[in-house]
Amino acid sequence: MSSSTRKNILRIRDAVKNFGGLVAVSKLSFDLAEHEVLGLIGPNGSGKTTMMNMISGVSKLSSGRIYLNGEDISGSSSHLIARKGVARTYQLVRMLPTLSVLENVAAGGAFGFSRRWGSDLEEYSRTLLKRVGLAEMENTAVDALTYIDQKRLELARALASDPKILLLDEWLAGLNLTELEIGISLIKELRKEGRTIIIVEHVMDAIRSLCDRCVVMNSGMKIAEGTPSEVLADAEVIRAYLGDSGA
Amino acid sequence: MTKREKRSIIPVFLIFASAALIPLVDTGYWLSISISVVMYTVLATSWTLFSGPTHYISLATAAFFGIGMYTVAGGLELLPFPFLVFLAGIIGAILAAVIGLATLRLSGVYFVIFTLGLAEFIRQIFTWVQTTMGTSSGLYVLTDITESIIFWELLALAMLVFGLGWWIGRSRLGFALRIIGNDEIVAAHCGINTARAKIVLFIVSGSIASVTGALLSPRWTYVEPGIAFSPMISFQVVIMALLGGTHRLWGPLLGVIPFTLLWDVISTFFPNQTTLLLGISFLLIVYLIPNGIVGLVEKIYSNWISGNREQFN
Repeated sequence: MSSSTRKNILRIRDAVKNFGGLVAVSKLSFDLAEHEVLGLIGPNGSGKTTMMNMISGVSKLSSGRIYLNGEDISGSSSHLIARKGVARTYQLVRMLPTLSVLENVAAGGAFGFSRRWGSDLEEYSRTLLKRVGLAEMENTAVDALTYIDQKRLELARALASDPKILLLDEWLAGLNLTELEIGISLIKELRKEGRTIIIVEHVMDAIRSLCDRCVVMNSGMKIAEGTPSEVLADAEVIRAYLGDSGA
Repeated sequence: MTKREKRSIIPVFLIFASAALIPLVDTGYWLSISISVVMYTVLATSWTLFSGPTHYISLATAAFFGIGMYTVAGGLELLPFPFLVFLAGIIGAILAAVIGLATLRLSGVYFVIFTLGLAEFIRQIFTWVQTTMGTSSGLYVLTDITESIIFWELLALAMLVFGLGWWIGRSRLGFALRIIGNDEIVAAHCGINTARAKIVLFIVSGSIASVTGALLSPRWTYVEPGIAFSPMISFQVVIMALLGGTHRLWGPLLGVIPFTLLWDVISTFFPNQTTLLLGISFLLIVYLIPNGIVGLVEKIYSNWISGNREQFN
């Protein structure tokens, strides 16, 4: 199906999502290969987050199919999709405020794709905290964390189940310049490790330096697909972002 | 087991052991009060097992309690008492599973209202059945089970509930419930079957309430729906649990003891204003000590610790 020789781990076929009369995603199809970092980009309201929600099972597809490793997951519940290896972060950070920082990470590793428990889980969660740069924060109250640290914690939680696919929904949004650099280098490391990631992002620098390939959406439809430099030079993409007069 | 847990085993055991001596000291007023304390400890603690972490406020305790009580009252002439207690647990579990499947998708106030309505509904059914099909408004429960025995039975049940609560607290299920209580969407994305986890805990909690009702049935020689399904039971359980604090296993106990004593005073001196005073105490508790006595104790403790630190620094 794809020109790539790598195995397609996720296949989206004609995904449609209607909210009443509003078509949020319309007949969207794309593939995600193993070890690939795919950018899902497009102007605000183009249906990117809805697509992420369909992959992770938060919203059910109105029609179409999603295959994970050949298995149809389009009707599955979130928890089953998570157990099959899809982990995610959220556009607006979602913390577990009554749990400690360490427990916030452990939450991701106890029930998901690869499961751990007891001291094994604790050790692993600590490793992940260290990895995202929160080694000293283990016993801090979650609501005392800064915004970037909450983002880091959310990433650690998503990584805790050692997922096959990681969905990062505007993970870099709202960070200042220095934080952005830290964030980008964190995702770069994940990329080097060979993780399979879908990134929804507005930060173009991040898209250029992180993504192997991009799918560009506008009004729920795919308007372009290709390497970052290809799609960002595409006339229709420029029109979608800047409007007709800008093109 | 952590060191802290190991250290707390002996005092917990001593508390239970000394409580078990109460019937040997007094079989009158103090035993009677103690039965109420243990009964509400069991009910409030098991209520907290489910409602504490999930924040789903259930007002169905009376339904489970009453069904347990009626299982014994209705079956006593046919079946042995221990079997009926066991049966009550099973019936309570089935009822909880049915309610759970039907309602746990409801959230917040809808769940509260549903459970309250359901408990009333069951009470009305029992009243109707009893008055149209039976010859009287209630059933006689005549056994040779004394108050002392009831007390010991309840105390054993309380030990079971605490043991169960401790075990759940350190299990994956307990962790799952805490995550659900924080954010159900995150919980699902972590791989937790949120509906199943909630139903399992609701079943545990409902089943225990039914067994409690069954064990208490012999205390009243005459059981009628107004006693067995009294909504006051549901409300008191919630108030006591909130007063004590729902984020610790032993929290509800700290609410049960003062409230049972207070309630005894209220019903002795103001028998006609009990509902009013119940409402007022509920308002005061929610307003003044939202995290319960446990929260209060912990706050004072942590202030004291940090105060000490400042002194040394």
